[in-house]
Amino acid sequence: MPSLRFFLGKLGRLIATIFAITSLVFIVLRVLPGDPARTIAGLDADEREVAALRAELGTDRPLGEQYLSWLSATARLDFGASFFHERPVVDLIRERIPLTLSLSVAAFAGALVLALPLGVAMAVRRWGAVDYLGMGFSHAAMALPEFWLAILLLLGFAVLLGWFPLFGAATPRHFVLPVVALALSRAAVLVRLVRSSMIEELDKEYVLAARAHGLPEPRIRYRYALRNALLPVITVGAIQFGYLLGGSIVIEQVFSLPGLGRLLLSAIYRRDFPVVQGGVIVTAVVFSGVNFIADLLYSAANPKIRMR
Amino acid sequence: MVEDWTRQQILTAIGTTLTALAVTVLVVVVVFAVYAPLLVAHAPTAQNLDARFQPPGTEGHLLGTDELGRDVLSRIVYGSRASLGVGGIAVLLSSSVGMALGLVAALAGGVVEDTITILADAVLSFPTILLAIAVVSVLQYGMLQVGAAIGVVFMPVFARLVRAETKAVREEGYFRSSRALGSSLLRTVALHVLPNVLPRVVVQATITFALAIVIESSLAYLGLGTQPPNPSWGLMLRDARNALFHAPWLSVFPGLVLALTIFSLNFLGDRLAEHLGR
Repeated sequence: MPSLRFFLGKLGRLIATIFAITSLVFIVLRVLPGDPARTIAGLDADEREVAALRAELGTDRPLGEQYLSWLSATARLDFGASFFHERPVVDLIRERIPLTLSLSVAAFAGALVLALPLGVAMAVRRWGAVDYLGMGFSHAAMALPEFWLAILLLLGFAVLLGWFPLFGAATPRHFVLPVVALALSRAAVLVRLVRSSMIEELDKEYVLAARAHGLPEPRIRYRYALRNALLPVITVGAIQFGYLLGGSIVIEQVFSLPGLGRLLLSAIYRRDFPVVQGGVIVTAVVFSGVNFIADLLYSAANPKIRMR
Repeated sequence: MVEDWTRQQILTAIGTTLTALAVTVLVVVVVFAVYAPLLVAHAPTAQNLDARFQPPGTEGHLLGTDELGRDVLSRIVYGSRASLGVGGIAVLLSSSVGMALGLVAALAGGVVEDTITILADAVLSFPTILLAIAVVSVLQYGMLQVGAAIGVVFMPVFARLVRAETKAVREEGYFRSSRALGSSLLRTVALHVLPNVLPRVVVQATITFALAIVIESSLAYLGLGTQPPNPSWGLMLRDARNALFHAPWLSVFPGLVLALTIFSLNFLGDRLAEHLGR
């Protein structure tokens, strides 16, 4: 297990990152857009209305004071109330986030299930038929923007073949195509990493030594080499999970799934800033949390890191 | 041995063919963007409600027409301007500012380096498309704004790359000798640091160009990029969403051009990286 010092160090980093995220969101979404009160009230509102709104939102106070109250509210998960829904933002997010998270987790699992065996098979028979097919798949899937891949899946399996429903989230069947679209895109990246990492391990001397001792090849590959080859996959896997969270924003739009992405987008169309702020912060914090867990997993799997 | 040799030849041939294909695709897309008005018979925004949803191959409309009777081919040709424009702005911005920040961080060290590193990490802790969406929601949706938003997202990538590379060069004998012989810092950077850093920056810029085009089309698909009636590949795919059943080709052609462009950039980026021995 990672030492306490290591854990605390990583935790400190996580807290610093979350602090940086909230500050960045404050600058980008609260300071740069100018006057939120003017935006909400509309261009034809008279000056008195706007001033009243400013007082209500607290945007008439000094920027430093606003920043501090913003930080303390954010720490309490208080993102204010949605202008449009007239409900607390945190409730809206709580309703929508399970769909987005389950979509991402399912796609991540799918990507691993595809990328791990394929990557290993490619590495074991380097420059073989499987290797070329795998590289072809990876190149092709990386060139297809996720949302177009999703559209193609819709055209093929929902419109032409009619195997899956078109839009919505009514049944588990509705989630098959979105998950496949997200998983294929991520697998395209992961498979290359598994392959190159596995090739590197198979070239190492301990593999040669194991072979010289006459250990069975599957055991060398899967018990020894794969275990070491998976280390970089943990770190990159976490980053890929972040892409999944971002990608699901777009994919939810393709399939009309009522997740966090759609909440965020409709909020942007309506200039409903509290919802945009809350959604962006929550997504970024989840992503940082995943990276944090990946760091811990990495250190648990790799004694060399722990000792530092 | 002989078998291996022929196999190697086949592989080289495939590689060369794909490279030629990638270069051709990019040249075609650039020609589309530059000479769009000379290439197409219809204005990209010209509507013809009598000729809606014409299938591909219709007289005068090689790739058919959309729900407003606009010529799909013309819109694809003109749409290259949005992709290349936004991609170009994003790459220029992220590589130049990112490179400057990376150089400053590596050469200044101390608080300056820490600040730049923390900022870069903060930006990188957002999923790319999410940050682009957030920035665009504030800046609004012109080509310059979308390009700038995507540029900001990729700045830290260049900053990190250049910082690491510069720090390595800084420890080299030739860097120290150059300084010891009295060359100014600027001259030393220009003569010894940049030649080491630029190849990797070019490779990264190629890949970033592809990513920026993906994000541009995604934003347009979400309604946060190029605004109607202006053509962009992502926006065409958005419009096609309501016609999946009776006009599926509208969802295919823009995506195909998009995918070919992205593949070409990625492939050339890979070849370039190989060529530079990384």
